[in-house]
Amino acid sequence: MAANAVLPRTTKRRPVSWGNPLTYALALAVAAVSITPVIYVIIGGFRTTPQIVANPAGLPDPWVWDNYARVLSQSNFWRQVFNSAVVSLGTTIGVVVLGVCAAFVLARYTFRGREVLYTFFTLGLLFPAGAAILPLYLMLRDLNLINSYYAVILPQVAFALPLTIVILRPFLTAIPRELEDAAAIDGTGRLGFLWRIMLPLSRPALVTVGILAFVTSWNAFLLPLLVLGDASLHTLPLGVQNFSSQYTSDTAGILAFTSLAMLPALIFFTFAEKQIVGGLQGAVKG
Amino acid sequence: MTSTNPTLDLAGGASAPPAGPRPARRSSARAAETRRKWYEIIGLTTPAVIVYVMFVLVPMGFAFYYSLFRWRGVGPPTDFVGFDNYVLAFQDPIFLDALRNNAIIVFGSLLIQGPIALGVALLLNRNFRGRTVFRLLAFVPYVLAEVTVGIMWKLLLSDAGTVNAMLESLGLGSLVQAWLADLDLVIWTLLAVLTWKYVGFAIILLLAGLSNVPQELNEAAAIDGASWWQTQRHVTLPLLGPTIRIWMFLSMIGSLQVFDVIWVTSVPAVRSLGASATMATYMVDNGFFARLWGYGNAVAVILFAISFVAAVLFQRFLLRRDIEGAITRRAN
Repeated sequence: MAANAVLPRTTKRRPVSWGNPLTYALALAVAAVSITPVIYVIIGGFRTTPQIVANPAGLPDPWVWDNYARVLSQSNFWRQVFNSAVVSLGTTIGVVVLGVCAAFVLARYTFRGREVLYTFFTLGLLFPAGAAILPLYLMLRDLNLINSYYAVILPQVAFALPLTIVILRPFLTAIPRELEDAAAIDGTGRLGFLWRIMLPLSRPALVTVGILAFVTSWNAFLLPLLVLGDASLHTLPLGVQNFSSQYTSDTAGILAFTSLAMLPALIFFTFAEKQIVGGLQGAVKG
Repeated sequence: MTSTNPTLDLAGGASAPPAGPRPARRSSARAAETRRKWYEIIGLTTPAVIVYVMFVLVPMGFAFYYSLFRWRGVGPPTDFVGFDNYVLAFQDPIFLDALRNNAIIVFGSLLIQGPIALGVALLLNRNFRGRTVFRLLAFVPYVLAEVTVGIMWKLLLSDAGTVNAMLESLGLGSLVQAWLADLDLVIWTLLAVLTWKYVGFAIILLLAGLSNVPQELNEAAAIDGASWWQTQRHVTLPLLGPTIRIWMFLSMIGSLQVFDVIWVTSVPAVRSLGASATMATYMVDNGFFARLWGYGNAVAVILFAISFVAAVLFQRFLLRRDIEGAITRRAN
């Protein structure tokens, strides 16, 4: 589906042409609106605060690396990157493992109450995570989980499960029954079938739900804000927010910190974009 | 859909069709198999069910319980006040402002993002060199964390910020505004920021929907002499209906509980006057930071009830035809 202009025409793709000028003009306008503010922030990080105050819309003159160097040499920044990574990876692994197990049962077993169980999970799509945040905090406090990675990971897994199951189940259902029969004839049980055949075959769907869970968790703000009071556990979004409210006069520093915080998500998405769109294709199929 | 699923038909040995006398050994093997199946079902689903019930359903139940008390969050709640907290909320002009703001965001998002996203998706669905790059660029705002977006726009829109400076230098000094401090303007500024942030999500969904529209249909229309516009209007758009409605649903639920961008971008003083508050920021301000736990939980229940009713109504009237085929099943 990508416009692979460099590929030889021998592939089955339809030939890709240069569009008309209007198409490019509009596409450029869309791109400009999307990324100009982001580029401004990244370039602003190369200026000094006096430069920015004197002329908010100017270019760096001279370019200074100091802001970025300052943020990168802060142990806080790396600590927050580490915390974000632990929380996001923990959430992703939890969602994928629990989601696959439940979706496998809902897709490949016939039993009384199956549709009830499925509806029960899909109901979660109607429960906004935001609305539950206060009682969630109180419960985590009673469980003595406040100020631990679990306080973020467990609720994030729980709230990501409904969407994960909704995306995974049709995928697992679509895998042909013949494969299951063949596996049974070869003496593989249903669990062996799940492990050796289902998981490898459903990798695209697993990657999609994994990416969605990872990005959501990486960007999460409200839950960490309430349950991670301990600054040494702060994730990157909390770190950016604190930095910007603590050093309000250090505009250049804030811009540099914000740019560096954006970077992982941007890089990650650049590589995963196809997976996300491809995975959603199944979910929005009409 | 039960009958159409290509699943193992193990539905309880007892109800299996082949009737008639069976050797005893066979049926006990069957019972063992049924038991084994149930062990697997229970073993595989229990962890997910426990986590889901414990962290999604149970807290909502507790929210209702706590909302009936006046409670500062210390010790067990004892000061039972019935539905007073709910009455108080609907008497607070700031909460009513928050409700109004949520309504502006829900309808504003649908009316502004929908047409923009549709236009951009149709544009980026055309076949031209560099399309992949343009797609990636259009998704950038959606991928960024809400917090970074909020801080970015807060700096850009501050009184001495870049937006005003650029207006000055373009000779449009009369358009300079206190974007985030003007009590009448701030919610519209925030709506613009939210639009910038989330229109990419609509574009992603619509592009995914568009790639399901068979290319042959467009080609057939072209052969019949239809222009590009006519093809989009009469072939593509009708086929996108389900995707558009699913986006509307997700956008509505998201707008009702919007928190991060509002919280980070808007100034607390402006928020506390109600000008830029939403139900979620009002709930966190009052429940968590002012430690009015009973009251905050009442607001949580109201927020949940509104989302729930909106979702049910939407499903009932708009999604009914789509939900089966579009969200829950991959029609192969």
